[in-house]
Amino acid sequence: MSLPLVVLLPFLGALAAPLFAQGGRTAIAIASSVPAIIALAALYPHWPTLADGGVVLHSYEWLPALGISFSFRLDGLSLLFALLILVIGLLIILYARYYLKAKENVGKFYSLLLCFMGSMLGIVLSSNLLLMLVFWELTSLTSFLLISFWNHKQDARRGARMALAVTGGGGLALMAGILIIGNIVGSFELDDVLAAGDLIKNHSLYPIALTLVLLGAFTKSAQFPFHFWLPHAMQAPTPVSAYLHSATMVKAGIFLMARLYPALAGTEQWFYMVSFTGMATLLIGAYVAMFKHDLKGLLAHSTVSHLGLITLLFGMGTKLAAVAAVFHVINHATFKASLFMAAGIIDHETGTRDMRRINGLWRYMPHTATLAMVAAASMAGVPLLNGFLSKEMFFAESLQLNLPGFWAWLPPLVATLAGIFAVAYSARFIHDVFFNGKPVDLPIFPPHEPPRYMKIPVEILVFACIMVGVFPAISVGPLLYSAAAATLGGEVPEYHLTIVHGFNLPLVMSFAAFFGGLLMYSQRQRFFDFHARFREIDEKAVFEAVISWLATTANRLTSSIENGSLQRYAALLVISVLAVAIVPMTSLGVFVGENGLSPIDWPTLTGIALLILCALATAVMHRERFYALILLSVVGLLVSLGFARFSAPDLAMTQLSVEVVTIVLLMLALFYMPSWTPMESSTSRRIRDSVIALVAGTGMSLITLAMLTRPFTSISEYFLDNSKPGGGGTNVVNVILVDFRGFDTLGEITVLAIAALGIYAMLKNSALTPPPGDGKGHAWNRDAYPLMLRQIARPMLPLALMVSAYIFLRGHNMPGGGFIAGLITAVALILQYIASGMIWTQYRVPFRYHNVIGLGLLFAVIAGAASYAFGYPFLTSTFDYIKWPVVGKFEVASALVFDLGVYLTVIGATLLALVSIGRLSPHSAIKSLKESA
Amino acid sequence: MELAFALAIGALTTSGVYLLLRARTFPVVIGLTLLSYGVNLFLFSSGRLATGGQPIIGSTSQYSDPLPQALVLTAIVIGFAMTAFVVVLALRNLADNEDDHVDGYQSEPKSKPNTEEETEVSGK
Repeated sequence: MSLPLVVLLPFLGALAAPLFAQGGRTAIAIASSVPAIIALAALYPHWPTLADGGVVLHSYEWLPALGISFSFRLDGLSLLFALLILVIGLLIILYARYYLKAKENVGKFYSLLLCFMGSMLGIVLSSNLLLMLVFWELTSLTSFLLISFWNHKQDARRGARMALAVTGGGGLALMAGILIIGNIVGSFELDDVLAAGDLIKNHSLYPIALTLVLLGAFTKSAQFPFHFWLPHAMQAPTPVSAYLHSATMVKAGIFLMARLYPALAGTEQWFYMVSFTGMATLLIGAYVAMFKHDLKGLLAHSTVSHLGLITLLFGMGTKLAAVAAVFHVINHATFKASLFMAAGIIDHETGTRDMRRINGLWRYMPHTATLAMVAAASMAGVPLLNGFLSKEMFFAESLQLNLPGFWAWLPPLVATLAGIFAVAYSARFIHDVFFNGKPVDLPIFPPHEPPRYMKIPVEILVFACIMVGVFPAISVGPLLYSAAAATLGGEVPEYHLTIVHGFNLPLVMSFAAFFGGLLMYSQRQRFFDFHARFREIDEKAVFEAVISWLATTANRLTSSIENGSLQRYAALLVISVLAVAIVPMTSLGVFVGENGLSPIDWPTLTGIALLILCALATAVMHRERFYALILLSVVGLLVSLGFARFSAPDLAMTQLSVEVVTIVLLMLALFYMPSWTPMESSTSRRIRDSVIALVAGTGMSLITLAMLTRPFTSISEYFLDNSKPGGGGTNVVNVILVDFRGFDTLGEITVLAIAALGIYAMLKNSALTPPPGDGKGHAWNRDAYPLMLRQIARPMLPLALMVSAYIFLRGHNMPGGGFIAGLITAVALILQYIASGMIWTQYRVPFRYHNVIGLGLLFAVIAGAASYAFGYPFLTSTFDYIKWPVVGKFEVASALVFDLGVYLTVIGATLLALVSIGRLSPHSAIKSLKESA
Repeated sequence: MELAFALAIGALTTSGVYLLLRARTFPVVIGLTLLSYGVNLFLFSSGRLATGGQPIIGSTSQYSDPLPQALVLTAIVIGFAMTAFVVVLALRNLADNEDDHVDGYQSEPKSKPNTEEETEVSGK
């Protein structure tokens, strides 16, 4: 329980913190520190287990089918990071209390800071890689919000955006990498992944997975060439820079490399990718840091450089190097966080961070100066401070690399060179800021010491630097050992945490770096002049340019495809479908399968030929819309004949009645529309469309032919076997509709209802004026309701209703059912509308079709829900037989009620649609009614 | 027989797609209707072409596949609903834009229909 609690607590704190904002900065700082203190207390009892190399696991299932679980894991490595996050977090909370001004939005600040703390703890404590990924992205988001905390500054917003783009992009790569690893291993649990190192490394996808995971780590930990976001993230308030961008978040990438070290490291690809990236970052960061006049800029580039150093150590692949890497994580976090805080104090007290103006502060703030100088000395690697120890280990390891021939010189050379730069910029931090003459034109003058408590976090960290530097074995020995053991997955090589190992090559390198650095600093003006000869590349400008280029190109591409023409979209859609369909078609081979063709029967063939002819004629004649419609109706009738011919009586009846309704509908619509289509398309457009259409048609023919001549297995055996015993009906199609797949049917009639209501809504307030004639100079027939039609139609109504009732009732056993009966009723009513007009019919059929639709859906749902009352699942049907006096034995199925719902919905929807169109011009309708009356 | 059936589906698709790519709404609606005939026939034929095998228990010895039939039955009804919806959309387009071009604008200047003059029309 305690591990999820540790992760959860800061998030709870984040919710609670803003409530204390009213109480002032002290209140909220105290409130914010509570979760971190409880979390530390919750971790404490696990220490004995971890010191022995044990692991604590707390796991809860979340989405087991996807391999995602809420599982948390505590071992030496995660403990080390958790302690860094919590302890430095606490110091930052205290520091920020004095750094932030009272009028600033402290509630938001502390809330975000705690969110970040929780996310970071989530990363280091997650045992499930996917869960870790979630927290990983959360740190990117909280970092984005914290960098842009002063969101009125454009630079802050840009810096935040850049950080999010880079780390977020890396997060995507990491996700892909983790998914690949998870697929190789078959689990996302860390224990399984770490145990499957050999499996992963020998897998053919390993190079891709490794590259993707490293992309995630490198972007997060600001490795070259992704390092540029970190200096720009320094627009954040200094507590954020100290916490996120030196001690914790940028270490997440390092943590990931350490975490997956047993699973991924030890191959040649790992060695070259990680160590060379680290080397480049180490050197570039250290070099650029020297020329930064901004205090935080110097520290940011120095952070980049140190992150490169740790990466290089992991890349080396030796066990001792990994130990040194873990050690340097601790050391860098302590001295760099304290330096950032000192820089923040200086900024706070002088109003600037420009080192060309801040000079000689020793006289004004000796206490802060002392602390900063110790921390900077640790950064430079001065003996008796913690930075020296890990740097010595680093120098020693750089000599152990087995690069071929001349290249063996490269790592020690780079290491020493970076050491020289580090000493030089550390010397600058000390000398330029605290000595070197007098302050120049400070915004706040004279500067003085900050509030007492603002220095406490710095003092604690500097004390830690000295303690580790002087008594390494006692102070961090056990923690380092268990972290190293967890990183390496067991065996830890022998190493000695002593200050001096005797006079050896690493010590010589240290001395060379120290004196070289001092020399370089003393000659700094020459280097500045040299550096000034090169035009400095502003990464932010480059980044913005790339982003805006991407946006412009994307916009241009989009608008070139999406020009607002639906006609073009339709063409593009069809073309893409064809392109996608062609690939699987080619693998089909023969189009006539093993079943061969069945013999030709001439009447059917004639029908089919007629259908083909009419279908093509519809397209050819489409300009004459009325003829096209007539041809279309012929096609529809032939299709329904086709259904009848090929053993589908239900379909034939449905198609027939739908056909009638459709044609009436289209005629109605055509009444308001121009009756012919102008010739608009160019010849080339028509040829293009013909080609597309022919390809589509040919493709459909081939697929159909291929399908029809191949054997198949169907799941229909079940329906055929159970229709009578289970559903109580012999018409299997109807039983499927109202019983087996009743839920689908319910969905379908709902769609029908929605479509009808949509039609009603679309036409409700629209004003369409009927054209005066048919567009060719002919006026409409003055006789709106021909006498013959009227006289035939009226007696037809009861007959048609009877037929539909018959069709409805027999539907369960013989072709028929709710759909068909509903359509027949609808057709019968439509006939009355056509023959006698809107008002005459509406007066005699006083239904609101909305209500009919609603009633139908209600019946269907009630029929379904009724089965709940008997303890059966939704839409379970039952049936029984009753004896009626005249009719005899009669079957009553509960599905009949459902079918009644279908029946009513179909009537309501069909008539609502048609009547809505018919009612469009009530004015003229009334007028013509008066005429005829 | 299968070849003829396949050709019929091909013809329906060809005409349907061609009309679908036209610039005016009414041909597009007709095209969609033709296309849905083709698709319905195609889906139906996935149960293969049977003669005299209506899936009504006791009426024959060899039943055709009832499942595609049930699917196509609802597809026909829904197809009708969609046709109705689209054609009303076209009407609304005509009402709002005074033109029946699918892109909602008049591609060629056309004299507006004279709305002043109320002429006798046959009401429905």
